[in-house]
Amino acid sequence: MSTSGQDVWVYVEHLKGEVLGHTYELLGKGREVAGALGGRLVAVLAGSAVQPLASTLGVADSVLCIEDAGLAEFTPEGHGAVLRALAEKDPPRLMLFGATSAGMDLAALTSATMGIPLVVNCKEIGIEDDRVVVTSQMCGGKLLGEVETGGNMVALTVLPGAFPSQKGLSDRAPTVQNLPSPVPLEGVRTRVTRLLEPEAGDVDITRAPVLIAVGRGIQRQDNLPLAEELAGLLGGAVCASRPVIDQGWLPLTRQVGKSGMVVKPKFYLALGISGASEHVEGMKDSELTIAVNSDPRAPIFDVADYGVAADMFDVLPILTEELRARKPSAP
Amino acid sequence: MCGGSCPLAFAMEYTPRHSIYLLKEGLLDQVLKSNTLWLCVSCYNCTSRCPSGLKITDVLFPALRDAAMSAGHTLPAEFKKALDNTYRYGNSFGEAPRKRMDWARGAGVPVPIISQLKRPVEALWLVECYPAYHPRNQLQAQAMARVLHSMGVDFAVLGPEERCVGDCERLSGEAGLFESLVEKNIALFDKYEYDEIVTADPHAFNSLTRIYPDATGRQFPVRHYVEFLAARMDALRPLLGNRIEARVTYHDNCCLGRMSGLYESPRELLRAIPGISLVEMPFTRENALCCGGGGGGMWLDTVIWQAAHERLSDRRVAHALSTGADILAVSCPFEASRFEDALKSTGNEGKIVVKDIVELLDESAGTRGGMPA
Amino acid sequence: MNIAVLLSMVPDLVEELEIAPSGVALDTQWLRYLLSESDDHALEQALLLKERYGGKVTALALDRGEAEEALYTALARGADEAVKLTGIPEEGWGKRAAAAVVGAVLKESAPDLILTGVQAIDDMDGHMAGALAGILGLPFVGVTRSVDAPGAGKVLVQKEYPGGMAAEIEVDLPAVIGVLSAPQPPRYVPVARIREARKTRTISEREAPSVAAPEGLVIRRLFKPEPAERAEMLDGTPEEMARQIVTILENRGLVR
Repeated sequence: MSTSGQDVWVYVEHLKGEVLGHTYELLGKGREVAGALGGRLVAVLAGSAVQPLASTLGVADSVLCIEDAGLAEFTPEGHGAVLRALAEKDPPRLMLFGATSAGMDLAALTSATMGIPLVVNCKEIGIEDDRVVVTSQMCGGKLLGEVETGGNMVALTVLPGAFPSQKGLSDRAPTVQNLPSPVPLEGVRTRVTRLLEPEAGDVDITRAPVLIAVGRGIQRQDNLPLAEELAGLLGGAVCASRPVIDQGWLPLTRQVGKSGMVVKPKFYLALGISGASEHVEGMKDSELTIAVNSDPRAPIFDVADYGVAADMFDVLPILTEELRARKPSAP
Repeated sequence: MCGGSCPLAFAMEYTPRHSIYLLKEGLLDQVLKSNTLWLCVSCYNCTSRCPSGLKITDVLFPALRDAAMSAGHTLPAEFKKALDNTYRYGNSFGEAPRKRMDWARGAGVPVPIISQLKRPVEALWLVECYPAYHPRNQLQAQAMARVLHSMGVDFAVLGPEERCVGDCERLSGEAGLFESLVEKNIALFDKYEYDEIVTADPHAFNSLTRIYPDATGRQFPVRHYVEFLAARMDALRPLLGNRIEARVTYHDNCCLGRMSGLYESPRELLRAIPGISLVEMPFTRENALCCGGGGGGMWLDTVIWQAAHERLSDRRVAHALSTGADILAVSCPFEASRFEDALKSTGNEGKIVVKDIVELLDESAGTRGGMPA
Repeated sequence: MNIAVLLSMVPDLVEELEIAPSGVALDTQWLRYLLSESDDHALEQALLLKERYGGKVTALALDRGEAEEALYTALARGADEAVKLTGIPEEGWGKRAAAAVVGAVLKESAPDLILTGVQAIDDMDGHMAGALAGILGLPFVGVTRSVDAPGAGKVLVQKEYPGGMAAEIEVDLPAVIGVLSAPQPPRYVPVARIREARKTRTISEREAPSVAAPEGLVIRRLFKPEPAERAEMLDGTPEEMARQIVTILENRGLVR
């Protein structure tokens, strides 16, 4: 690949008829980067009967909508072949993918099949003169790499939460370009046979992006719904320190700590947890920790990023109310 | 006898006695699939009472666990992690060997490392893993350093070279891991010159006095600090200037007590502190209840809780509280954090203070400048 | 079925990471390496397949850090063969270059199934599994939580999506699978077995073929994020503090 344009492409991820929230984060940042490069922002939407989804992608200058029965479910091979054919015909400067299940598969495969560079887990993308400079996060956030990409096409995977999604939302109707698949898909060697719903059983707190953790300060089992509600608003789950589990108020699968689960969520809210080492060992690598505890000397404040020295029952209801008010879908 | 002596037998699918019966019948698999083998915390009650002298704690349970591991049974996650960590880092915490001396920064006195001293010392102090890495036990290690320092003991530690002695790993059934720890530790012990080894960890003391000699055919001059300090009472007593006006009850731990019969030295040290009045709790000396942390118990807490819905430490702090004592004195690094946790989880926080004997000596000697809590 | 499992060694975060004076690499003086977590799962997945359907498991590792320990452990856990790829320069090699080297080796041995972790903590210029598939032109699925082989010539995998969703995907062999996790945690292998393997088994060595280093990226600098001190304490009334929390969450893109 010797020449490429200045366009920025965003691969639109969707599951069960809905665009994933992370895609809007990519579109928002993509908008800014495309502006700086003097190129267009293009949303690439591949699937079967996905055109209705295009209406939510108005931030992009155009939507490339490729519909084919063979693209109905995501496979790295099928979607990768389409992307490659499109990019070879009209090379963009940047291809943005989510650092997600679909995005990382597609980016790794596309980079190798097209022979273009890839930087993964980006949390910053900047343009300096005509150079694209990105910051990649490694080693669980303990190491960052600043990487300059050359003048040609490059693929990036972007960490969820690195950029706000608001900038990727627009009421504008986008220009949609409908295309058949540029490659035959009958020979694809990977076939989705079915989608599996989450298994019955308890949530896996090691995989939840947001954890609302309650400790002894929750006082009574009756108070747990307060935490559950907040978790629901943030798309997370409720977990607890050992004393709460010992009481039998939550199942053992929700215990965070040395003798429970080790978690690394994007956001960990510690409510009424003192921060005994048994607990801290299970959550110290969380990306963002906010602790609410009435004791200002509680050791949890040594590991938290932000601390609130107050009664959790004074803060929690207001926090829940504020977040509910910000929900776009709220009545 | 063993079935009746075991403090966790009520939660076991088969008591130790029943397990022995099943094994005699050739039903090993049945025992391996039960929860029994994970509920032993190596308190040595059964061993000390067995009329046939069977080594239930030292041999039977480790052998069962070894068999389960070799048969590829899925191990409790925390237990597996601790063994993996010990193999890789030489400590069950999975902490960097380089951080083994971090605790010493808070000691306020020099803690010489023997490889840097380049000369023989009187006492080689094996700090062991919990005092080196666990935040609660680091306080105990710091107190120990101050006490040794102010007594003028010529001591040094191994520092980053030190590795777990391996008592819990051995009792966990990890024979190969224990063997490799023994090899590495012997090489380390032979590298330096010293008159004797002193440690604050009764588990290390247990393996070094009874098991290392069996494995190597050699004796090691090792003493737990309760003996080491009690033997130096002349140097210690003049230092104990601060009165600690408190009723103190002492918990006999399994390795110093049942396995070694060291009941007097710890009490002697406590009585040497002016102001302290010693009261005995129910079940002392050879009948003392285990804190539940030995033989891998520290890493099986969840498994044991699921089966028993109780921790032995919960029961033990109730014994201590029943005396009305102000202070629960201990001499094993597992106990301070276990008993403090137990006080919290039984809603008794603040009703009694848990202190290692050496922490009390440190307070009385004023080496820390502190007064009793 | 012949299964190849690629094992990569990654920095052990138990040691504090230090940046080398060059500013673009890690200081290796204190650096230790350990087996990448998802590669550990890939090995477990391979062993489960072998136990169920027979076949042969070959573990491969690039010679870096404690790769030998990882390979002996793999043998102790049940792998049939272990191969160490030697002659790889310590610095200046990213995942793309490593994939090119490994790809050349695997092209020759042509296993039916290649399993490796879907990601590693030191990934910056790519992910090994996807890159290998691209280089070899093989079908590929990553982020799997199980791999099964109920029929000839294909495997059935479960690919995980957010929120506990998954897709069941049929993949024709030969193929590359990027494993996130095996259906069961990697088995414990008693240390005695590893010691035994060290005495009785051998690791074969293979000189890595030379491949051109890929171009296109310049690492300007590696750096560590500002160390977190004690928590920044929010103050004000409960209302004010709650609003500050919301602002923090909004700035991090956490409000949905």
